[in-house]
Amino acid sequence: MVVTLFPLFLIVFIVLLLIVRTWPILSAYPAKDLIFGMIWKPDNGKFGFWPFIMGTVWVTVVGVVLAVPPCLLVSLYLSEYAHSMTRSIAKPVLDLLAAIPPVVYGVWGLLAIVPFVEKGLAPISKRWLSAIPIFSVNQPTGFSILAGGIVLAVMIAPLVISVVYEILATVPNDLRHASLAVGATKWQTIRRIVIPQVMPGIVAGIVLGASRALGETIAVLMVVGNVAKVPTSIFDPAYPLPALIANNYGDMMSIPLYDAALMGAALVLLVVILIFNIISTLVLQRMLTRKQA
Amino acid sequence: MDRDLNVPTLKARSTAPLNMEPHIQVRNLNAFYGKVQALKNVNIDIPRKQVTIIMGPSGCGKSTFLKTLNRFLELTDGTKISGEVLVDGYDIYAREVDETEVRKRVGLLAQQPSPLPMSIYENVVYGMHIHGMKKNRKEYKAAVQHYLEIAGLWEEVKKRLHDPATSLSIGQQQRLCLARGLAVEPEIILGDEPTSALDPISSQNIESRLLDLKKDYTTVIVTHTLRQAKRLADFVIYMYLGEVVEAGPARDVFNNPQHERTKAYLEGQI
Amino acid sequence: MIKKHWARRHIAEAIVRGMMIASFALVAISLGLILWTVIVRGLPALTWEMVSQTPQGGFYMGKGGGVLNAIIGSLYLAGGGTLIALIVSLPIALYLKTYLGDSEWSRYVRLSLDVLWGIPSIVYGAFGFAIMIAIGLRASLLAGIIVLSLVELPIMVRAMDEVIRRMPTDLEQAALALGSTKLEVALNVVTRQMLPGIVTAILLAFGRGIGDAASVLFTAGYTDRIPTSLLRPTASLPLAVFFQLGTPYPEVQMRGYASALILTIIILVISLGSRLISARLNRYTVK
Repeated sequence: MVVTLFPLFLIVFIVLLLIVRTWPILSAYPAKDLIFGMIWKPDNGKFGFWPFIMGTVWVTVVGVVLAVPPCLLVSLYLSEYAHSMTRSIAKPVLDLLAAIPPVVYGVWGLLAIVPFVEKGLAPISKRWLSAIPIFSVNQPTGFSILAGGIVLAVMIAPLVISVVYEILATVPNDLRHASLAVGATKWQTIRRIVIPQVMPGIVAGIVLGASRALGETIAVLMVVGNVAKVPTSIFDPAYPLPALIANNYGDMMSIPLYDAALMGAALVLLVVILIFNIISTLVLQRMLTRKQA
Repeated sequence: MDRDLNVPTLKARSTAPLNMEPHIQVRNLNAFYGKVQALKNVNIDIPRKQVTIIMGPSGCGKSTFLKTLNRFLELTDGTKISGEVLVDGYDIYAREVDETEVRKRVGLLAQQPSPLPMSIYENVVYGMHIHGMKKNRKEYKAAVQHYLEIAGLWEEVKKRLHDPATSLSIGQQQRLCLARGLAVEPEIILGDEPTSALDPISSQNIESRLLDLKKDYTTVIVTHTLRQAKRLADFVIYMYLGEVVEAGPARDVFNNPQHERTKAYLEGQI
Repeated sequence: MIKKHWARRHIAEAIVRGMMIASFALVAISLGLILWTVIVRGLPALTWEMVSQTPQGGFYMGKGGGVLNAIIGSLYLAGGGTLIALIVSLPIALYLKTYLGDSEWSRYVRLSLDVLWGIPSIVYGAFGFAIMIAIGLRASLLAGIIVLSLVELPIMVRAMDEVIRRMPTDLEQAALALGSTKLEVALNVVTRQMLPGIVTAILLAFGRGIGDAASVLFTAGYTDRIPTSLLRPTASLPLAVFFQLGTPYPEVQMRGYASALILTIIILVISLGSRLISARLNRYTVK
C-alpha cells in the first residue's frame, strides 16, 4: 500500500526540495525583479531571468506550432483512413523516433538543421519576409530558435501523434457509420462529428507535447545559440531555461546565490510543467476511461 | 399449408398484384474478409417498391450482403468484393462511381440506433446540409417536420427540436435515425435488424413505418426473427453460409419452400 | 445514373488526404534523415580504437584513445538505474492491478505516475544534485544510478501497467478459484503472462537511461577512466558526445559523431531486441 504512495510523495518532495534550495535567492531579491529582470550577471549579483523565460517560450511555441498540424494530420490519417498495414509500419517508426536519445537529436540538429536554417531558410526569409519582424534575419548563423523549434517538433511528434490517435479511437464507430450512411465523405465526418467529439482531448495532447518541449534540454541546447537576449525573431538565438541550468552547473557552487538561481530556474520549469501535465492528464484520463466503458 | 397466425395479413396483402420488376440486380457477388469468404456467388434480383426480407441463421452472410448494397462493406479493413451490384441497371461498384452518392441513394438503418451527438433538429438536417439540398432555413425547417412526421416522431418532439438527440428513448432514437436517413431522399432503404435493439412497442412502430414507406421506397431488411419476416415480407431471400439458397415472393417461399434447407429453417424457427 | 466525382466536398477530401500523406511521409523521412545523418557522419570515425580504448592523453585535442569509458559507464549507469527502477516498479504495478483495480485511489496513483513521467530529466538532475549536496554525496556512479532510476521509474511502471491491465481476467479467476491468494496469483500467474510486456518495459526504460544526458550531467560527473567504484565519477556516452562536440578540433568533433553513432546503434539494438524478445515470449502467453 505504501509503495503506491511513493510517486505522489516523490513529486511533493521534489517540489519542496527545490523551493528550499531556491529560497536564498528569493529572500535576497523581490520575485518581480527576478522574473522580469533583463540582466544576467551572476558575478555582479544580477539575476534577471526574463531573457531565459522568453527564450523558453519562443522555442516551445515554435516547436509546438511546427509540430501540431502535421501530427494531427498523421493521427487522423492513421485513425480514419489507413489500412492496418500502414499502421503497422507507423508504429515502429514512431517508437524508434521516440527512442532516439536527445543528444543524437542534437547532433542531427547540429549537422542538418542548423546549416539548413542558415543556408536554406534564412536567405529565403531575408528575401521575401524581411518586412515581418518575427522573421527578420539578424545574425549570420543558423543557431536559432527556428532550429531549436524544428528539432523539438520532431522530438515531440511521436508523443502527440500517439496521444491524439488514442483519443480518436475512443469515438465509437457507430457514429462514423451514421454520418457515412447519409453520404458524407470521410473528411466531412471527421470535421463535423469525430473532431468535435474529442476536441478537449486533442487540446490536452497538444499541451502534453508542449510540456515535453518545455523541458527538453540537450537537443535544444546544441542548436539554439545560447545567447541571453530577449528574442525578437525566430532566426535569433535564444537561451532557454533548461539550457541555462545545464550550461552553468559547473559554476554553481563558486558564485554566491548562483546555485539558488539555477535551482529557481528548475523550480519554475517544474511548476509550469506540473500544471500543464496535471490538467492535460486529467482531461485525457477522463476521456480515455469514459469511452472505453 | 397456411399454418400461421399471420394468415389474415398475408391474404390482405396478396390481393394486390406483386410487381417484381427488379430495382437492384446482383451478379456474381463474392465477398471476403481477408481469406474467409463471406458471400459466395450471389445472384439475385430485388424488386422495386416492395419489402424484401433477407433471412437465415447467424453468420450466414445476411448483414454482409446488405452492406454490399450501399458500399459499406469496403469500410471494413481487409475486405474484398467482386461482382456487380446494378441499381437501375448501373453498377454501383464501377470505377467512376462516387460511393458517397451511392450511400445517399441507398439509406441504411442500423441495428443499434446511433443518434449523432447533436440536437434532434440537427440530426435530421445533417444529411441535407452535407449535400446542400435546400436553399434556406425555412425550407430546412419544413423538411425536418416532413421527415419527422413520416417517421412518426413529429408529435412527440415538435416542442423540443433543439434538445439533444440522446435525451430520446431508444425507440424514438431509431425513428429519428429513420427520419435522418429519409431526409437525403434515398430510393432504397436498407435495414440491418432495425428492431432487434428495441422493445416490442417501438419495434411495432418501426415496422408499421416501414410498411407505409413501401409505396415510395424499395426496402431490404435483414431480420433474424421469422415472425418479423412473415409480417413484413413481399419478397424473401433465404441465405445459408454465404449463399442464396432460395428466393421468391413471400407466399411462395413461406408456404411452399423448394429447398430442403429452407424447409428446415422455417420449421426450426417455429 | 452516372455519378459525378468532383463536387466541392470531394475536392476538400482529396486535398486533406494529400496533406495527410505528405505529413506521414514527413515523419518517416525525418526518421530516415536522422539515422542517415548520424551514420554518414559518424561512420568514418568509428574505428575499433573508439570502442576498445579509453581516452589517452590529449584525446580531446585529437590524440589517441576511444570512448570505452563512456560506453561502460553508460552501461553501468543504465544497468543500475534500471535494476533499482525494476525493484520499485514491479510491486507498484502489481499492486495497482491486484488490489486497486480501477478504484478511485488507483486513478490518483496513475495520475501521479503520469505526472512523474512528464517531469524533464533536467529537473530530476537538479533534484538529485540538491540531495547530493544535502547528504554529502559527491558526483559519482551511485548518484547517477539513483537519479536515473527516478527518471526510469515512471516509464517502467507505465509500460508495465499498460500490459498488466490487458491481462485476461479469466486467467486470474481460474488461479484464484484453485485456491491461490491474490499475492500468489500476482507473483506467479500475472508475472508469467506479462513476461513479454515486462521485458519490453525494462528494455524501454534501459534505452531511456542510456541516452539521457541532462540527469547525469550534475550527478555522475565525468572521468576518462573506466568506473571501478560506485563512489567515483563516471563517464557516460551522451556526455562524451557532448564534450567532444564542444571542442574546436574537427577530428575530435568527428569522433563525437562516431560516439553518437555508437549510442544510436545501442538504441537500435535494444529496440530490435525488444521486438524480437516479445515476439518470442508471446508464444507462451494466453491471448
